Amino acid sequence: MTEPLLVFDLLLAGVVVAVAALTLLVRDAFAMIVAFVVFGIFVAIAFVRLAAPDVALAEAAIGTGVTGALMLRALAHLRGGSLSGKDPAPLSGPTRATTLGIDGTLAVCVTVALGIAFFGAPQAGPGIEAEVAAALPQSGVAHPVTAVLLNFRSYDTLMEIVVLLAAVIVVWQVDRGLSGASDPLTGEVYQGFARVILPVAVTVGGYLLWIGAAAPGGAFQAGAVLAAVAVLVLLSRLYTPAAAHRHLIRATFVAGTVVFAAVALGVAGAGRTAFEYPPGHAKSLILLIESALTISIAVTLGALFHGREPASPLRKETR
Amino acid sequence: MLDMLGIVLMGLGTAFFVAGTVGLLRFPDVYCRLHALTKADGMGLALICLGAACTADAWGEAVRILLIWVFVALSGATAGHLIARHARRAGTPMQEGRQ
Repeated sequence: MTEPLLVFDLLLAGVVVAVAALTLLVRDAFAMIVAFVVFGIFVAIAFVRLAAPDVALAEAAIGTGVTGALMLRALAHLRGGSLSGKDPAPLSGPTRATTLGIDGTLAVCVTVALGIAFFGAPQAGPGIEAEVAAALPQSGVAHPVTAVLLNFRSYDTLMEIVVLLAAVIVVWQVDRGLSGASDPLTGEVYQGFARVILPVAVTVGGYLLWIGAAAPGGAFQAGAVLAAVAVLVLLSRLYTPAAAHRHLIRATFVAGTVVFAAVALGVAGAGRTAFEYPPGHAKSLILLIESALTISIAVTLGALFHGREPASPLRKETR
Repeated sequence: MLDMLGIVLMGLGTAFFVAGTVGLLRFPDVYCRLHALTKADGMGLALICLGAACTADAWGEAVRILLIWVFVALSGATAGHLIARHARRAGTPMQEGRQ
């Protein structure tokens, strides 16, 4: 046998497909979410085997951890505030047909877009590693993935953070209009556990942010770890969102986008275009952007989990 | 020598995971299953982490692996407690004891 881990890889590939099928076929929504989380863990291991630790970290932290928590939160909301509650009545009639039509159209669009991207990409030959490696000394960081995300293709990254900002704005807007929304879940987790874990988790988040300049890590992974901190703080009721903190929370939502855009535009001029960091200051500028992004991502994801603007004056209270 | 010890420990740990999985599949109610899963997997993870720490190249690596064990054990215990309490509040019945 040429490759001793070949059996492991084949098993892993089989398991990923099997768990994906399970996720789609199981009828209970809670079991579906659990299967999705298991699927994400196996996909993260697959990315490790493909020598892509950055993607594996992102998949494990964001794609599995934070997304799983958000989906469980949404399910509890649908079941009237508790996961052990009843599923809402299934859709019927024209609503069902419309929903199926929209979902089907979206699924086809995504599949077609992925197909175009896959078949449009060069099928063989080297990728852009050589170009990235050649430009790495000017990027200000030593890790190629961070260099691509925060320097060479930073416009894309800015758009990602804008998407997150848009999501939280929409969630707060929708929540304002819901009169019968269930209260957010808090206070379920043992506080002693939270008190032990929180300092360590914050340290790990800071470490991921700092190490991102030289090794796998960076703003999104650090933000996801700190978002887990936020979720734990909410669930153990160490912090309850108060009306007085609304302005601070809103400022934190936009901080990442604002700092990123301000730096990107601020470096323009004197022969440079936007997003073209001066080589001498590239590392400090990237770290500045990443720090703001990390805090923004963490607070935004935490707020998405909580799902409610604290004591909004515009919220309809009809109960 | 240390590598051999590491492999033996990891093998033992795997056996505990198998035992925990058998318990998860065979035990009658959610509380027994949780018991099997958290206890056996906790022990299995401890052995696997010790084994992995034995085969680590540097001290720092070994310490990090042991830290992972500590925190996974803590969160495993907390999560097991959460699930059991949720099941109890939701009224999941317990299997009556058999003499």
